[in-house]
Amino acid sequence: MEKFETHTGVGVPLRRSNVDTDQIIPAEYLKRVTRTGFEDGLFAAWRKDESFVLNNPSYAAGSVLVAGPDFGTGSSREHAVWALMNYGFRVVISSRFADIFRGNSGKQGLLTAIVRQDDVELIWKYLENHPGAEITVDLVSRTVHAGEIVAPFEIDDYTRWRLLEGLDDIGLTLRHEDAVSKFEETRPTHKPVTTLA
Amino acid sequence: MAGTLAEKVWESHVVRRAEGEPDLLYIDLHLLHEVTSPQAFDGLRLAGRGVRRPDLTLATEDHNVPTTPGPITDPVSKVQVETLRRNCEEFGVKLYPMGDADQGIVHVVGPQLGLTQPGMTVVCGDSHTSTHGAFGALAFGIGTSEVEHVLATQTLPLKPFRTLAVNVRGQLSDGVTAKDIVLAVIAKIGTGGGQGYVIEYRGEAIEALSMEARMTVCNMSIEAGARAGMIAPDQTTFDYLEGRPHAPKGADWDAAVAEWTALRSDDDAVFDAEVDLDASELTPFVTWGTNPGQGLPLGESVPDPEAFADESDRLAAANALAYMGLEPGTPLRDIRVDTVFVGSCTNGRIEDLRAAAAVVKGHQVADGVRMLVVPGSAKVRLQAEAEGLDQVFTEAGAEWRLPGCSMCLGMNPDTLSPGERSASTSNRNFEGRQGKGGRTHLVSPLVAAATAVRGTLSSPADLPALETSTAREEA
Repeated sequence: MEKFETHTGVGVPLRRSNVDTDQIIPAEYLKRVTRTGFEDGLFAAWRKDESFVLNNPSYAAGSVLVAGPDFGTGSSREHAVWALMNYGFRVVISSRFADIFRGNSGKQGLLTAIVRQDDVELIWKYLENHPGAEITVDLVSRTVHAGEIVAPFEIDDYTRWRLLEGLDDIGLTLRHEDAVSKFEETRPTHKPVTTLA
Repeated sequence: MAGTLAEKVWESHVVRRAEGEPDLLYIDLHLLHEVTSPQAFDGLRLAGRGVRRPDLTLATEDHNVPTTPGPITDPVSKVQVETLRRNCEEFGVKLYPMGDADQGIVHVVGPQLGLTQPGMTVVCGDSHTSTHGAFGALAFGIGTSEVEHVLATQTLPLKPFRTLAVNVRGQLSDGVTAKDIVLAVIAKIGTGGGQGYVIEYRGEAIEALSMEARMTVCNMSIEAGARAGMIAPDQTTFDYLEGRPHAPKGADWDAAVAEWTALRSDDDAVFDAEVDLDASELTPFVTWGTNPGQGLPLGESVPDPEAFADESDRLAAANALAYMGLEPGTPLRDIRVDTVFVGSCTNGRIEDLRAAAAVVKGHQVADGVRMLVVPGSAKVRLQAEAEGLDQVFTEAGAEWRLPGCSMCLGMNPDTLSPGERSASTSNRNFEGRQGKGGRTHLVSPLVAAATAVRGTLSSPADLPALETSTAREEA
């Protein structure tokens, strides 16, 4: 995973709450067996509508998505994160994220910044008044900078540390393989196995 | 120290705990399907890692499989299923492929085999893994990176959840089901209300539910934002499990039951939040919008977006009505559907099919309505056929299909066309979920069946008495 310290890029105002993962990438696009090439499926239904924000050339090169509350609800598909990242997004800003989506993002290096809804509204207005404006998301100081606006954001310490260091979770866990083996010795014998004797 | 059920299961699976880090939790059962696993196996190969515990891992083909006889015709779906087969072969993972007697939707297969047991940790790259919580297991959906993590280490680093008690008191009236309970819970707390929580469903109405009904409730926990839903195991749980292929036997069974009996929240355990619901006040519940929280009792009308106090709810309701093609004030009972879907990991079990069959028996599916009945697994299908349910459905004019996820998400050929409207026993009414431009109303199997007969959203109580069919039989 790439290290993430700060990112500056075009902000995209998405005035929608409850953006579920079926909207981020519909099921018909989930059939690939790779982690790349999902950008075509990103917001596939909405992109057919000319007035959709990403169809505005000013926002088309966006890399910071600013969305309404409850972003990423629904299916656990990590394809939603891949689609956003394949398209070019590095950050999603929302006042509330669905748990699985937030977890998936952290594994892939997509920053989910939790910003208060009042501040989201201010950033939306700024981006709508300045189409194509760049905003900066600084993970070190946990702040979003959009024009004159400086908004703090929340992210849990552990995910922040992993993003800053660009660390792979599996590698971290394998450092404790002994503890896993030891735990396995204590498991009750009545627990099932998937293979029948 | 007093603890909740969720905390007890969590504590018994902590492999490693360190200040400032997530707990490392051991995973007892890892379920796989074709959609969220290929990139995880690829990751293992790239890193030169193997599957740590193939014996705690199980795969089934469900999302892409056609529900009509014959091979997969969509070449991309085919590649995905073949990739799963190759991966399972290479890494030594047990797979139930299409056509196998144990194949089916992953969340129907686990419990049916007796693999899902109280006190276990169960994960799958699928948000409806919450289903397995019905057994008092801590079960939740994970992303593909986490699938890879579990394959490689049989553990997951996790931050503790908060706990939410949903107390459902009283008794359900006739015609009101587990589906109505959970739709009412989601409407009450919202799609984000459970975020960060494990829900424990408690109370008289929950204890009275069968295992299958409990699975329906836990299944939809994720639609309220909660990764997991749980119900304390009791005699109903033990009776369901006893004798199943993977359930403990002999002395192991006794040891297991002794352990499981202690698995309940202590009387003085404190939940981080509590919600109360009175089951006796519930009536059949249906959704009108494009998220599972946008639901109302069937007797009500399509709401006016202006009536919502919160601006974001107002906008969401207006968007939803525009997408659904509905006018405020329309009685929900007047909404005409084109398709009825009975199936999915929410309501594709034998009891669901029995309930739907009992309603349509002797009736005909309304003109212009297609009704699809898709069993949740091959076993459910065989059981239903042994009971003659397939006959009941086909005589009523419904289509009896092969098992799979089917129209719940339309990754196989079972989809809605643009503008088509369904009454569906599945779990998500998101825009385009059942096919591009498709409009979904989430309902119970009873409401689905009655809707198929009348052609508009209905409950069994709305159906005419069956004099005509009796007369026909006598003639």
